[in-house]
Amino acid sequence: MSKYGVIAKFDNPQSLVHAAEKVRDEGFTKFDCHSPFPIHGMDDAMGLKRSKLGYVIGAMGLTGALFGFGLQTWIHSIEYPMNISGKPYFAYPAYAIITFELMVLFSAFGAVFGMMFFNRIPRFHHPVFYSEKFSDVSSDAFYVSIEIDDPKYDESGVIDFLKNIGGTEIEVLTDEN
Amino acid sequence: MSIKSKALIRAEKLLPGNQDFTSITEDIAGVPEQKKTPIQWWLLFGFSLSLLSIFVGSVGFLIWEGTGIWGINNPVFWGWAIINFVWWVGIGHAGTLISAILHLFRQNWRNAINRFAETMTLFAVICALVFPGIHVGRIWVAYWFLPLPNQMGMWPNMRSPLIWDFFAVFTYFTVSLLFWYTGLIPDLATLRDRAKGLKKKVYGFFALGWRGGNRQWQHYELAYLVLAGISTPLVLSVHSVVSSDFATSVIPGWHTTIFPPYFVAGAIYSGFGMVMTLSIIARKVYNLGHIITVEHLDKMAQIMLLTGCMVGYAYSMEFFVAWYSGNPYESFAFVNRALGPYWWGYWAMIFCNVVVPQFFWFEKYRRHIPFLFITSILVNIGMWFERFVIVVITLHRDFMPGAWAMYNPTMWDVAIYLGTFGLFFTGFLLFLRFLPMVSIAEAKLVLPESDPHHGDSHE
Repeated sequence: MSKYGVIAKFDNPQSLVHAAEKVRDEGFTKFDCHSPFPIHGMDDAMGLKRSKLGYVIGAMGLTGALFGFGLQTWIHSIEYPMNISGKPYFAYPAYAIITFELMVLFSAFGAVFGMMFFNRIPRFHHPVFYSEKFSDVSSDAFYVSIEIDDPKYDESGVIDFLKNIGGTEIEVLTDEN
Repeated sequence: MSIKSKALIRAEKLLPGNQDFTSITEDIAGVPEQKKTPIQWWLLFGFSLSLLSIFVGSVGFLIWEGTGIWGINNPVFWGWAIINFVWWVGIGHAGTLISAILHLFRQNWRNAINRFAETMTLFAVICALVFPGIHVGRIWVAYWFLPLPNQMGMWPNMRSPLIWDFFAVFTYFTVSLLFWYTGLIPDLATLRDRAKGLKKKVYGFFALGWRGGNRQWQHYELAYLVLAGISTPLVLSVHSVVSSDFATSVIPGWHTTIFPPYFVAGAIYSGFGMVMTLSIIARKVYNLGHIITVEHLDKMAQIMLLTGCMVGYAYSMEFFVAWYSGNPYESFAFVNRALGPYWWGYWAMIFCNVVVPQFFWFEKYRRHIPFLFITSILVNIGMWFERFVIVVITLHRDFMPGAWAMYNPTMWDVAIYLGTFGLFFTGFLLFLRFLPMVSIAEAKLVLPESDPHHGDSHE
């Protein structure tokens, strides 16, 4: 039986944001605030930096655009120059559409798969799933979780701290298998 | 009461009654969790399956026999296949408009209908993609659309609008699918957490282990915002590119610069018509009148009024330019639309697309559900006739009277068109049965309690 961390329930989005601020100020780093929907202002409350996903999407979009334009140029100017109704081989205005479409396509892949990469999903096992009650988080519950590999982690201290900041139904995550 | 305060009161009424986070989850997730499938669902599903079998049979015969079974002739080389393709792609546009553009404008009322509309987009685009796939006749070489290296050294002509169209619609389908699935991930987690046994495993697999932590929401929200941002120019580009299939040709009546914006407005108009039809049926069958409210239908009717007026403007501007250009072929093409042998198609279009939406100036009609249901169907009939006008009436009388001909569809044209409804509704009904038809996470954001400053005093 091994332990993974502590979770505590909060009543509503406001108290979760206030709790996040206190956990951040206490110096914890390996913690998370779980809610059924994204909460406005939570990133600042938790002290999170801006997501780097935008750079990934930008790079992917640029790759897509260059690939699209390059592909068309290569096909019609290098690989098989073919005279079709007298159009120029390097008809760059006509390449705009496919360049744009591939830019969008690559950016969308960048957005979705980049999001999965940063979120480390798919990941079907996670200590928080050891708690029965935690499953309410996808409906109407608000939880703070602090993980055991946080440098400031000390079980009884963390439990007291979460109690002090208004957490209820505090549970130590344990693997029962 | 001033207009502004009236609008504010309306905004609060988007979710009427004493709803909270729990009741929203119960109401929406309760539908796919139903033990007993409603009898209406089975009736509709049986009907859809029979249409789907017509689809499979008629497309099978088309592949066996070739496109000669259609009513296309010389000069009407493009018949129902292209009409239906443009019609279905157009319907798809409302989904992306609702999910992307209204998201960027922070129109929270969209949260009740966006999942619905996105799903409609997916199946509508699948139905649309069927037609370019089968109209090539030799469907087994349809992959020639793709720029694949081959032993013949042949490449698609990237300077042709038909290839632009292929890339645009294919990209549109892929991005719509990614957008739809990304929006579903938190809701699949909700279903996973409430389900048991095999269902839990299946929902859990697709939920990817979502645990609703803000470290996940942070990247998720950015991804969603960017998807909305790139879908917005994408959706505007798709029907513009579809319109270039026509506009880059030299046929009188097609060779006009007004086509891209005109096609986009028409697409949004027909798409909202279809969202309206489907949501009126679904809120009735599943008693979701308190989540998809009259307020939502009213707002959709307003957008239909706007886009209906835009297409009405485009119709009149086409006539003006045909006259103003002084080009006899151009002028003839338009007079022939209104007064030629297919005059009924033109006036059906004008009635459904220009006259009918004028009722939406009046609040009474925007909130009258049976009226909305009938008009939403008329809208899509009108938009089908618009494409009929553009494709058939333009082609059947071009430059030389000696080349003119009338066009008559055969039973196979009709069968394949009806069949695509089977494809569409079968997919849509399966979605209604197994997935949450309203975004659970986003519906909660409409509640004032979801704001972390709710209840704070601002004095």
